[in-house]
Amino acid sequence: MKTFIEGSRAVADAVTVCRPKVISAYPITPQTHIVEELAKIVANGKVKAEFVNVESEFSAASVVLGSCATGARSYTATTAQGLFLMAEVLFNISGMRLPIVMTCANRAVSAPINIWNDQQDSLSMRDSGWIQLYAEDNQEALDMHLQAYKIGENKGVLLPVMVCMDGFILTHSYEPVELISQEDADRFLPSYQPEDYLNPDNPVTMGAMVGPEAYMETRYLMQEAMENSVKVIEDVANEFNNQFGRYYGGLIDTYKLEDAETVIVSLGSVLGTVKDAVDSLREKGEKVGVLKVRSFRPFPKDAICEALKGAKKVHVLEKAVSIGMGGIVSSEIKAAFCGKTGVPEIVGSIIGLGGRDITVETIIGILNGSGDSSYDQFIDIKKELVEDPEPSDEAVAANA
Amino acid sequence: MKLKPGAIADSHTSHGNLTGSWRTFKPVYKQKDCTGCKLCVINCPEGCVFEVEDRKYTCNLKYCKGCGICAVECHVNDIEMILEDK
Amino acid sequence: MIKDNLFDCGHTACLGCGEALAAKRVLQVAGKDVITTDATGCLEVFTTRYPETSWGVPFIHSLFENSAAVASGIEAALKALGKADEVKVLAQGGDGGTADIGLQALSGMFERGHDVLYVCYDNEAYMNTGVQRSGLTPFDTATATSPAGKYSWGNEHRKKDIPAIAAAHGIPYVATSSVAFPRDIENKVKKALSITGPKYIQIHVPCPLGWRSKPENTIKIAMLAVKTGLFPIYEIENGDLTGVRKVSEPVPVEEYLKLQGRFAHLFKKDGGKDEIKKIQELADRNIKKFRLN
Ligand SMILES: Cc1ncc(C[n+]2csc(CCOP(=O)(O)OP(=O)(O)O)c2C)c(N)n1
Ligand code: SF4
Ligand code: SF4
Ligand code: SF4
Ligand SMILES: [Mg+2]
Repeated sequence: MKTFIEGSRAVADAVTVCRPKVISAYPITPQTHIVEELAKIVANGKVKAEFVNVESEFSAASVVLGSCATGARSYTATTAQGLFLMAEVLFNISGMRLPIVMTCANRAVSAPINIWNDQQDSLSMRDSGWIQLYAEDNQEALDMHLQAYKIGENKGVLLPVMVCMDGFILTHSYEPVELISQEDADRFLPSYQPEDYLNPDNPVTMGAMVGPEAYMETRYLMQEAMENSVKVIEDVANEFNNQFGRYYGGLIDTYKLEDAETVIVSLGSVLGTVKDAVDSLREKGEKVGVLKVRSFRPFPKDAICEALKGAKKVHVLEKAVSIGMGGIVSSEIKAAFCGKTGVPEIVGSIIGLGGRDITVETIIGILNGSGDSSYDQFIDIKKELVEDPEPSDEAVAANA
Repeated sequence: MKLKPGAIADSHTSHGNLTGSWRTFKPVYKQKDCTGCKLCVINCPEGCVFEVEDRKYTCNLKYCKGCGICAVECHVNDIEMILEDK
Repeated sequence: MIKDNLFDCGHTACLGCGEALAAKRVLQVAGKDVITTDATGCLEVFTTRYPETSWGVPFIHSLFENSAAVASGIEAALKALGKADEVKVLAQGGDGGTADIGLQALSGMFERGHDVLYVCYDNEAYMNTGVQRSGLTPFDTATATSPAGKYSWGNEHRKKDIPAIAAAHGIPYVATSSVAFPRDIENKVKKALSITGPKYIQIHVPCPLGWRSKPENTIKIAMLAVKTGLFPIYEIENGDLTGVRKVSEPVPVEEYLKLQGRFAHLFKKDGGKDEIKKIQELADRNIKKFRLN
C-alpha cells in the first residue's frame, strides 16, 4: 500500500526502521524536514534512540563518529554549508572506517548563498572516502537508506555512506511511496555488530598517529574497501529486489540504452526529466538512451565503459562544476575510457546550478544538438548576465 | 601484521618502546633514609618507579628517562642523579 | 613489571612532562571502566604512536577541536546501548584544544548536559606544534608566536577564564587542580565522576620544553604557580565557589618566573621590573578574588 508523503518524511521513516541508536544533526535547508521528523519520531518513542541536538554540523559529525565508534548504529543528515563544515570530520570518519549513514539533501554552495538544488556539495566531497549514492526519486531515496547501512557495515567494506537526494526537488516533494515495515526492515538489515569498538572489556585505541611506515597502507586498504563495495552495492541491490521487488540498478542503471547512439549520463532527480526527453525523441525514431550513475563513489568505471561502448556521443549532465576544469562527472567518465578503443565522443554539460530549472526542451536540445553551445559546457546561460552590453551608437561615435 | 580497519591499535603495546635509552642521568635509589612516602612513585611521569619491599623503592631503568623529578621530590634525598656510564 | 597499568610505560613524552604525569594520575583514579577521548596535541601524540599505545582503557582521538563532541556521542551511545551505568566517559584536551579551537564543542557538551568529565591539561601554549601561544598562555609569556623583542614583552593577553565560562553553563562541577597536588587531582576526579552531568577540571601542567624549564623542576614549578596565586586552585559546585586551596604566605611571582626561560626576558630587558609588577598584580588579584590567604 502506498503512502502519499513528503520525501523528507519518507526518508525519516526509512531511517527509523533501520533502528539507529544515535541521531545527531544540525538544521539546514533543505535537510530540515528529515531531522525534524526524526526528532518527532524519537520524541514519540517510535524508535529507541538518542537524538543529540548539537551546536553545529561539525559536532553533529563528531557525535556520530563517537557513537558509531562505541558500537551504536548512527545517523546524520546535512547539505551544502553544513557538509563543508563537516569536511574535516568526514575524512576522519572514513579513515576510522566507521559505517555511518548520512543523507545529503543536495544544495548549491555559497557564495553567493543559494539554498536551491544542485550537487556541488557532495560532488566536492568525492575524495572524502565516503560511498556516495544518488537517488532518482523518493522511493529510491528511502529504500537507499536501508541499503546504505547494509553496504557500509559489510565487513569487507566498513565505510560511511552518503545518500544524496536532490534538495527540495525530492526532499520537499510529495509522492506516493511504499514505506517499509519494521519487520521487513529487520529481515533485510541485521543489527550492527562491529568487531572492535570502544569497550572497557576489550580496550583498543582508535585514531592513533600513523607515520610514513603505515599511512600509505591505510589508504590502500580504503581503496580496496571501496573496490570491494562495487560488488556489495550490486548484491545489496539484488537482495533488496528479492525481498521488496524494487530495483533501481546497482552501481548504474540504463534506460533505452541498447541501441542508443546518443546517450545522456546523469545522476539524481534530473533523470526523470531526461527520460521524458528520451521518450519523446524515441517516438520520433531517434536512437537516444540514458545511463544513470547511481554510485559515484565507488566510481563504476567498468560498468560505465561497458554500457557506453556502443554509443557515438555521450552527454554528461551534471549539476556541479570543478572551476578551472569543468564537469566533474564528465572528466571522470573520460578518464575511465582512457586507453580504450572505440571511445564515444564525451561532452560535459553543466546544468541546473543553484536551482536553475532544467526543462525537457533543454535536454532535447542537448540530445539533438540544437541547443545553444556558445558557453562551453555551461547550458542555458543568460547572455545579458555575463556579457557587457553592446556599446551605444553615441559611445561608438565618441570613441571614433 | 595486517592493519586493522582504521589502524586500530591493541592496548598494552607501548611497553615495547624502551625509553630508558633516552637517559643521560640516572637515578640511584639509595634505599637508606627512605620513609616510604611514595612521592617518587606518584611523581614519576613514566610510571616506572616501584616498591621492592617496605621502604625500598627503585625504578625500571628500561623506561626511566632520567628526568630527575623523583630526586628533587624525595623529601629525604634518598635518590641521587648520576651521570650514566653507557 | 608494572601490570594492569592503565597508562603504560613506553610513551614518548619529553623528560619531566607534566601533562604525562597528570594524565596518568587522572586515569589511575578514573579506573578501567572509562572510555576516553583526546584532542590532537602532545598527549595524543606521545601515547599513541601506531602500532603502540599507552592506553589501557578504550581510547579515541579524532581531531583537534572535537574531543567534547566525540565524548558526547560516546555518552549518547552508552545510554542508547544501556551501558551508561557501568561505563564513564572521560574527555581530554590540551589548553588549545579546549579553550580555543574546541571551545564551541565544549560549550555544546556542557549545554546539552552530557554525563562526561572533561579534563583540560593546561600547559599554557600549543606545545605539540612547537610552543605557539594559546588563549591560556599567561600575560608576558614568550612563545614562538608571541616572542619577546624590542617592542614586545611576549603574549599581550591574559589567560582566558575557562573555568568561569564552564561554570556559566550552570554545570554541576568545575574545578582547577595542579600536577603538584596528586591528592587534589585524585579527590577532584573521584568527586567529579560521582556526579551525573558535565564536569570540567583544568589541571596546570608544566611543560619543560615549552616553558624552558629543567625537567626535574616540573613539580616545583607547578607548586610555585599555586603558591604565588598565579594558578589558583578551587572548586565551583552548581555555580558556587565551594573550596579553595589556601595560600597562607604567598610567594612573590619572581620565584616562579625565574625558573622558566619563557619569562627570561623579564629579567633581562629594561622595564622588566614593571612587567613583573603587572604579573604580581594578577597574582594578587587572584588571591583577593578567591580569598586564597
Ligand atoms: C584544525 C587543526 N588546526 C591546527 C592543528 C595543528 N595542531 C595540532 S596540535 C596543536 C596544538 C595543541 O595544543 P594544546 O591543545 O594546548 O595541546 P598540547 O600539545 O599543548 O598538549 C595544533 C595547533 C590541527 N591538528 N588541526
Ligand atoms: S620519595 Fe624518597 S622517601 Fe619517598 S618513597 Fe621515594 S625514595 Fe622513599
Ligand atoms: S628520573 Fe624521572 S623517569 Fe626516572 S624514575 Fe625518576 S622520575 Fe621516573
Ligand atoms: S612538549 Fe611539553 S607537553 Fe609536549 S611532551 Fe614535551 S613536555 Fe610534554
Ligand atoms: Mg597546550
